[in-house]
Amino acid sequence: MACNSGNCQSNCSQNEQVAQDDSIPAPTTGSDDGANNQQQQGVCLKCKVSPPISSGGGGSGDEARFCGDCFRTNLFGKFRLAVTSHAMITPSDNVLVAFSGGVASRVALQFVHDMQQRAQRNYEASKDRSLPVFGVGVAFVDESTVCSISNDEVEEAIQEMKSTVLELAPPVKQFHVVPSVSLYSSGSSDEKDRLMKLIGAVDDVTGKDDFLMHLRMWALQKVASENGYTKLVLGLCTSKIACHVIAATVKGQGYSLSADIQYVDARWQVPIVLPLRDCTAQELNILCRIDGFGSLKTLQLVNDHPSGINGLISSFVRLLQEENPSRESTIVRTAGKLTPFHFNRLPEINDSSVPLATLRRQKRYNLKPQESISSESFCPICNSPVINSDLPSCGSLKPFKFREFAASCCPSCQFQILPQDQSSMKEFYSLLPEGLVSRSKHKDNDNLDMLREQVQDCLLSNSDDET
Amino acid sequence: MEEGNTIAKRAGSRLCCLCNERKPALKRPKTLEQICRDCFYNVFEEEIHQVIVGNHLFKAGERVAIGASGGKDSTVLAYVMSELNRRHNYGLDLFLLSVDEGITGYRDDSLETVKRNEVQYGLPLKIVSYKDLYGWTMDEIVKVIGLKNNCTFCGVFRRQALDRGAAYLKVDKLVTGHNADDIAETVLLNILRGDVARLSRCTSITTGEDGPIPRCKPFKYTYEKEIVMYAYFKKLDYFSTECIYSPNAYRGFAREFIKDLERMR
Repeated sequence: MACNSGNCQSNCSQNEQVAQDDSIPAPTTGSDDGANNQQQQGVCLKCKVSPPISSGGGGSGDEARFCGDCFRTNLFGKFRLAVTSHAMITPSDNVLVAFSGGVASRVALQFVHDMQQRAQRNYEASKDRSLPVFGVGVAFVDESTVCSISNDEVEEAIQEMKSTVLELAPPVKQFHVVPSVSLYSSGSSDEKDRLMKLIGAVDDVTGKDDFLMHLRMWALQKVASENGYTKLVLGLCTSKIACHVIAATVKGQGYSLSADIQYVDARWQVPIVLPLRDCTAQELNILCRIDGFGSLKTLQLVNDHPSGINGLISSFVRLLQEENPSRESTIVRTAGKLTPFHFNRLPEINDSSVPLATLRRQKRYNLKPQESISSESFCPICNSPVINSDLPSCGSLKPFKFREFAASCCPSCQFQILPQDQSSMKEFYSLLPEGLVSRSKHKDNDNLDMLREQVQDCLLSNSDDET
Repeated sequence: MEEGNTIAKRAGSRLCCLCNERKPALKRPKTLEQICRDCFYNVFEEEIHQVIVGNHLFKAGERVAIGASGGKDSTVLAYVMSELNRRHNYGLDLFLLSVDEGITGYRDDSLETVKRNEVQYGLPLKIVSYKDLYGWTMDEIVKVIGLKNNCTFCGVFRRQALDRGAAYLKVDKLVTGHNADDIAETVLLNILRGDVARLSRCTSITTGEDGPIPRCKPFKYTYEKEIVMYAYFKKLDYFSTECIYSPNAYRGFAREFIKDLERMR
């Protein structure tokens, strides 16, 4: 069958001939479009020298257009642009990379390492050694207590991860294995039981899935702050964010959606940054394949097959993506039109060791600061901002701490995570890790302190505590 | 929903939860309460009345056209509107307005249903057709553009056709039978397509206030399943086939997804 198109996916004879002849431009047959000519000649669109990743005509658009090196450069370019334009990583930072063993976090780890290596080389080459190199650590949350994977499989996976991290040196990186039970302060003997009971108390399948995700985040925050890390890097890519957008829409979590999908999320003690936000899962998969990273299959299974509504949404988005490859980006772009919160920008850096260019760049890309200090409350479970009108007034519920706690949670957590009847709720509250419970009290005080600082000079006496 | 679960458990005593007198005949999709038919009619009609009053949809003396396709939503809408208009003295002048897109095997049958509704509910009917207004039927359009994006053409033409029909009838307002399921699908669709402009408008209960004719959706919070249930129990006359071009519509993705979601929670 005569074939005029360079994008022809069927293995017609023209493509096979082209694949063999990659150094000598083959005579074009029919198409007069310049780009198509080069594809038919089996040459990367960018460097016009090497063959594309898949020269047989199959594979996705990018694989047929670019060679491995140019593809990698493109992808790293997106990562680097996100990092530099939002000042995600500065020389004085100590960055913790959350590593799940999945594709995205593997790429995040690799790219952060590449950036660190480059900084190290620059440091060694510079005469005055003025700019220190940022530190990098890696953390893996071990959920074997609460998941159905066998201990052996997890051990094996951890060993693989350890050796991966060892290979990514110099500079040396510390590897932290964070078991879920570490949320409970050390010393409690029944922490595993408490955790199992806590999770068992959540009836709803989707609620349980989400609750586990929130606990995972708290565990990461705990290890990051206890070990002096200043930033937490997550491998959240466009595809995962698109799923989150749909999830927030269908679960009625619209108010907090814009907080979760920005490049920077500084409401946490250790700010979270998403340098892979502009990369799709497909691109990351291609990179893993061509660079032979592979990924840890056992853990892949857990992470990529969420249950309940989250699983349904994953398959829905995958279906849409197959029907139109730009669907995920469109979804994220649409949600990006929502107004971000004031904490979706990093506080202005006052550090003199940070180069002026970085400061200027941060100012340019940083979102407009909001005039007033927001007195937002945050849900103690999922940390999403809660509209103050949703919360009852302070005085009424004080005697019963578990009721106060329940009332301070966001409507979504109240619906799908917290038990509905009083006695189960009381038990649920007693099983929570201490860190989660005490947080809800601290945040209110922080806001009050911030306001107090502003008016401190006009306050007369110390007995202004009418609360 | 959680309330509904505990109430449902109590209703093992086999009486309607609301009146506690009659035997339950159905489980209400919105709240999962087990209630009898009369209570269902009452809550259904009362909730719609509250939506109309709470959102100030109408003023006394207005002339209102009901977009009538002959399908379940518009038939139930016509029935409920005339019932509530009478019961609560809205003081409205109601009309039926129907659009003939020229889809053989679909629209010609549903128009017969609307003509019967005119007689059954005693509401004057006006039919506007694409052929008369634009010189094209949907069948002719599809022959030219193929089977994709049909809804886009039809939707644009329909809205203008409704405007023209409304102007002919000299009505002040148009009501349509868009239900909660429709609006949920529309929100999702607009997110998927990146249509931010529509996204910001599509959840309003009244739209087009700055246009030729405002339109409102009294069924905005009503579940599609409850509308079907109401039509079934009241034995209302409606045409139940889908548009023959709908299987190819993009909205189908969103609809399937929402149905799957409802099965899950």
